[in-house]
Amino acid sequence: MTVAANDRGGRADRPPRTQTGRGRAGLRRLGQASLFVGPTMVILLVFSVLPIVVALVTSFTDLDLRGLRDWSLIEFVGLDNYGRLLSDPRFRSAAGNTVVFVLAGVPLIVVCSLAAALMVNYGSSRLFRAYRALFFLPAITNIVAVAFIWGFLYNTDSGLINLILSWGGVGPLPWLDQPVMAKISVIIVAVWQGCGYNMLIFVAALQGIPREFYEAAQVDGANAWRRFWSITLPQLRFATFFVAVTTSISWIQLFETPLVLTHGGPLDSTVSMALFIYRNGFERNRFGYGSAASFLLFLVVVTVTAIQFKLRRQDSNV
Amino acid sequence: MSEPVVPDQPALAPSPVPSSTPGQSSSAYSEAGPYPPPASYPSAPPAAGPARPLARPRPPTDPAPADLTLARLRRRRRRRTVRLIVTVLIGLAALTYAVPFLWMLSGSFKPANEVLSRPPTLLPVDFTWSNYVRLFRELDFGTYLANTGVVVALSMIGLLLRAMAGYGFAKLRFRGRGALFAVVMATMMIPDQVTMIPTFLVLNGLGLVNTYIGIVMPTFVTAFSIFLFRQFMETIPDPLLEAARIDGAGELRIFFNIVWPLSGPILGVQAILCFIAGWNSFIWPLILATQQSKYTLSVGLALLDGQYSSEYGLKMAGAAVMVLPVLIVFVFAQRHIVRGFTLSGLK
Repeated sequence: MTVAANDRGGRADRPPRTQTGRGRAGLRRLGQASLFVGPTMVILLVFSVLPIVVALVTSFTDLDLRGLRDWSLIEFVGLDNYGRLLSDPRFRSAAGNTVVFVLAGVPLIVVCSLAAALMVNYGSSRLFRAYRALFFLPAITNIVAVAFIWGFLYNTDSGLINLILSWGGVGPLPWLDQPVMAKISVIIVAVWQGCGYNMLIFVAALQGIPREFYEAAQVDGANAWRRFWSITLPQLRFATFFVAVTTSISWIQLFETPLVLTHGGPLDSTVSMALFIYRNGFERNRFGYGSAASFLLFLVVVTVTAIQFKLRRQDSNV
Repeated sequence: MSEPVVPDQPALAPSPVPSSTPGQSSSAYSEAGPYPPPASYPSAPPAAGPARPLARPRPPTDPAPADLTLARLRRRRRRRTVRLIVTVLIGLAALTYAVPFLWMLSGSFKPANEVLSRPPTLLPVDFTWSNYVRLFRELDFGTYLANTGVVVALSMIGLLLRAMAGYGFAKLRFRGRGALFAVVMATMMIPDQVTMIPTFLVLNGLGLVNTYIGIVMPTFVTAFSIFLFRQFMETIPDPLLEAARIDGAGELRIFFNIVWPLSGPILGVQAILCFIAGWNSFIWPLILATQQSKYTLSVGLALLDGQYSSEYGLKMAGAAVMVLPVLIVFVFAQRHIVRGFTLSGLK
């Protein structure tokens, strides 16, 4: 107590010079700080902030492989790229696919990761820690490995899934060879991989619910189902919101799963916005056009994040 | 009481990372950052419900008649049976979730003709190691492995920079600190997929395409990691640092002799996460390693899809090589990894 009081008093007694950081002492502080913070800030600016500016600038040009070699060949095209994007059927279909992925994926992730969290949270023994590990493992598995494994599981003739279905008398399904099925397959894999992190978030939230709530409900004779609906779910409101928002943001950028699992096919049915950007940038070397798409995607992400902020602020005001 | 002991505190509470006390230091930034630290859930407003005393006094447990205790005993036994059944069912669900990994292992030991048999065999009938041998003999997996090692090692250097930045933001007072930190947090919002093309252009301009440094650069420092370091280092007592300053120690000396040794727990968690992220990284090596001599494991693995697309045995063996090191690290450090990911949410 007294130490804290002394400390605070000492700080107030200091000359204001060192507080505001002006003058020679301030300069020295700035020098020291730049030693610690400087390298990081430079790298962050060059690899996080600068790219956004570069994307914006190149989106107004026709930069391609020739332009990369000789900058004098780059031409300013104004808003051409954006105009072409909006009328490009491939871009439209990529945007549509992304919407489908988000609309299907986010609710599935919320439900599945909550279910996994409830299961893992049922007990606290070593056994349940092992269960948690099994649910979490896909989340830290490399995406290429995941895509290979699922590609094999989905294989029409020698895949495990169709083998299991055949035991139940269901004919072989074309998991990756038919547009609608391929979309479903991509969603299944991304959900399987995405549940792990969100399960952890739900588990943390579940363990934060005061036990007294459940004890009181039990005394009042509420059964398990009732306790879940009236205590657990409302208490998880914030966690659910968090999971839904972060998952939407990451699914808007869904990229690696369709890239490695289906290569965007069949018939471009699994090309997402990010995959569209990658293809234009690195397979067709249309950097200007791809940058325009990047910038649009960036705007979407920023908008969703801003909406999230607004909703959360309203939520906390209530 | 036969009830299982459930910890009252979240299992993640005894974390060395001070963000488990969100009310204090982090609140200003959890408001500014795109994601709130998940550890703040316990402080979420309680649901609106009928106002009711939380903990009711239990009815006094007076000595009950014999038949009543018998009924209670029976009920308790039934409850235990239910628990056992539910535990087994959950175990089955968890195992089902991991079936793809078993399928991977099973496939990786099948010879080329068996892996494509229809219907497939569940376990390899004709067990072979040849897929693994081919990866390293016929294909360049030795090179890929070495490259991945270099990339992981280089990204560990980033750990030092992040720790230093965390210290700077936590303990050094300088003008513009708040604004700079806000910039750091704002970069969390910028997705890799958006910066793919421009980052390639920037690295191309710097002549860093197809170099190891170029491959690690885009993820060399990450905002969230800096945030966690800052959170941790704020808990280091000021008098300790002041004393060293009075003794004439420079800030660098203070950092390496006092702060670094004290930061063991967070360094451990961050190093493990850094290893996993570096080992698994795919987008940046894919874009920036333009020659096969610089391919990492994940890019080399993806390459199998072209030439060997129907050689599932080979592909499963490659996937296993990719997965096993992470699996081993995970088994030994599950607690740390889980804690790290819980703190970092999705990122």
